Amino acid sequence: MLSISNLHARIGEKEIVKGLSLQINPGEVHAIMGPNGAGKSTLASVLAGREEYEVTGGSVLFEGQDLLEMAPEERAAEGIFLAFQYPVEIPGVSTTNFLKTAMNEIRKHRGQDQLDAVQFLKLMKEKMKLVNIDQSLLSRSLNEGFSGGEKKRNEIFQMAMLEPKLAILDETDSGLDIDALRIVAEGVNQLRSPERSTIVVTHYQRLLDYIVPDYVHVLYKGRIVKSGPKELALELEEKGYDWIKAEAEVNQ
Amino acid sequence: MNPSFSSYNQFKDQLLAAFRTNEARMNGESRTPVHQVRRAALKQFDLLGFPTIRHEEWKYSNVSGLFKEAFELDELSPITTDDLATLEIPNLDGNILYFVNGQYHPELSRIISPAGQVQISSLADALKADADFIGSHFARYADYQDNAFTALNTALATDGAVIRIPDNTTVEQPIILRFITDGRQKNIASQPRNLILVGQNAEVTVAESYRTLGDRASFVNVVTEIVLERDARMQYYKVQNETEQSYHIGTTQVNQTDNTHFYSATVTLNGNFVRNNLNIVLNGQHAEAFMYGLYMPNGKQHVDNHTLVDHAMPNSYSSELYKGILDDNGTGVFNGKIYVRPDAQKTNAYQSCKNVVLAPGASMNTKPQLEIFADDVKCSHGTTTGQLNDEALFYMRSRGIPKDEARTLLLYAFSQDVLSQIKIQPIREYLENVVTQKLGK
Repeated sequence: MLSISNLHARIGEKEIVKGLSLQINPGEVHAIMGPNGAGKSTLASVLAGREEYEVTGGSVLFEGQDLLEMAPEERAAEGIFLAFQYPVEIPGVSTTNFLKTAMNEIRKHRGQDQLDAVQFLKLMKEKMKLVNIDQSLLSRSLNEGFSGGEKKRNEIFQMAMLEPKLAILDETDSGLDIDALRIVAEGVNQLRSPERSTIVVTHYQRLLDYIVPDYVHVLYKGRIVKSGPKELALELEEKGYDWIKAEAEVNQ
Repeated sequence: MNPSFSSYNQFKDQLLAAFRTNEARMNGESRTPVHQVRRAALKQFDLLGFPTIRHEEWKYSNVSGLFKEAFELDELSPITTDDLATLEIPNLDGNILYFVNGQYHPELSRIISPAGQVQISSLADALKADADFIGSHFARYADYQDNAFTALNTALATDGAVIRIPDNTTVEQPIILRFITDGRQKNIASQPRNLILVGQNAEVTVAESYRTLGDRASFVNVVTEIVLERDARMQYYKVQNETEQSYHIGTTQVNQTDNTHFYSATVTLNGNFVRNNLNIVLNGQHAEAFMYGLYMPNGKQHVDNHTLVDHAMPNSYSSELYKGILDDNGTGVFNGKIYVRPDAQKTNAYQSCKNVVLAPGASMNTKPQLEIFADDVKCSHGTTTGQLNDEALFYMRSRGIPKDEARTLLLYAFSQDVLSQIKIQPIREYLENVVTQKLGK
């Protein structure tokens, strides 16, 4: 589904991703872990198409297409979803209105009919249950004045509505208490399917207790330096990142 | 001085001569108090002359473009309802008065509210019918000593709307004053003058709308005087959707007394050069004034909003929100004055001006001016001018909304804080449509 090979990316003059390769198949959940500054969020941003990042080498294929050639909105229409670490407040635009516009734009891109108000509301009601989100929150300006937990739940709600093929969760656990974390993780788990893949970017193992990954990758200095099964996350939790760093320095 | 100095004098002479022509046509009217005021105003205009950018109040608004055009001053228009079709506001209902080139056209207009609710007439008719009454209000509120354009209007105005609402009356239907300049053949200047008197505990909604037909130059120099007697309530909207060849200079002067409420929205969608003065005197206790504004100059358009709230008595409240979207080489000015007089204890005054600048050539000048002479007051002001939030744009795009749509959605939401204040639904919908179209360009 997603094939990243030898990816290099920089912001300004600073190279952050330095030769990263990763293969993700349908239905898989991959956790990307690593110390601060390793390039985890940069990877998420590059995949979603954030323009501040310049790709200087390598390739990213999504279902055989060159992802790097696509505008962010095309990537979304093709089925990529980024749950933001810091969801943006958008005054004057309600979540409902925002999502309706987004869904219909995506449907237009795919040559599908527009959803009418009734169909849209029905779908919304269905997905609201997944993340236990309140109707009143959705009629307010998007993310404006939302608590940290509400913002993250809103991200997962949007994900449920848009039904992406590849979801990228960028530090979704940051700033969440354990209850909010559980609700968010439950939402993500309910969306797991043999067709849908997920990249979970996180600093801590905590989230992976709830969203159990198929693979864990450790990112360090812009490259994946170690990959393994879910038990690798536990090992990292126990031993920290220093041994990985040491190993990586030796191998360099 | 630039080379237009001779045309400056020419235009001024033309205006002064127009006054003498008007005067010569009058019979008894030249001896009325109103005409004495006109004479004084003309003298003042002659003395002040047109302001230049050296004048503090006109620092960022250069009117010299006016002198490059030669305007007809009293041009009648043979306009018909069919000609107005392109300027229609869909589904608009209420009392609709048409003024074409400044003159009232009863055959195009429709007054549906019963006379017991509101008396609506043209200024020309009111001067004939009750010159003393008009004389007791005309130019009593809008100061012409310091403002050349108000002086000019005071001297030359012959027509406009006179609206009187009796005490304890609610005018159920809105009153819409449509000022149309027929610029299909010639460059046209007009000097409309409105007087709105809202009686005690009365309520009314009035909108002024400005349009120009054709592609010749237009110059509208309007003055509206509004008086709210105690406990009166008014919604007042000024809506401008003019052309790339239009000049608009206007003053709305509001005099509020005890327990009055005044809600206003000034929306400037298009116009080559626009200057709006909104002056409110809170001359009573527990008076409230709300001022909203939206302007979106693009191309080479220039929009200048000057507001003044004069808190003259204790316990009054004013709240102001002006928002601008500036594109291409569009320029904007916001100057917001708040005076709190020594007697005006317990004043609350809030002012905010927010702008989005979309292009490197566009610019905005903001100047809040607070002069506070009382000590027990709450006043705040803030202005922001910035670009569209890139992070918000990316967020929307990452959800599948294309860049242009995302931009339009964000700016539309930005404009809604002001447009949502407009309670005449057909006017609000019309404005929302024009805003959407303009943003989509």
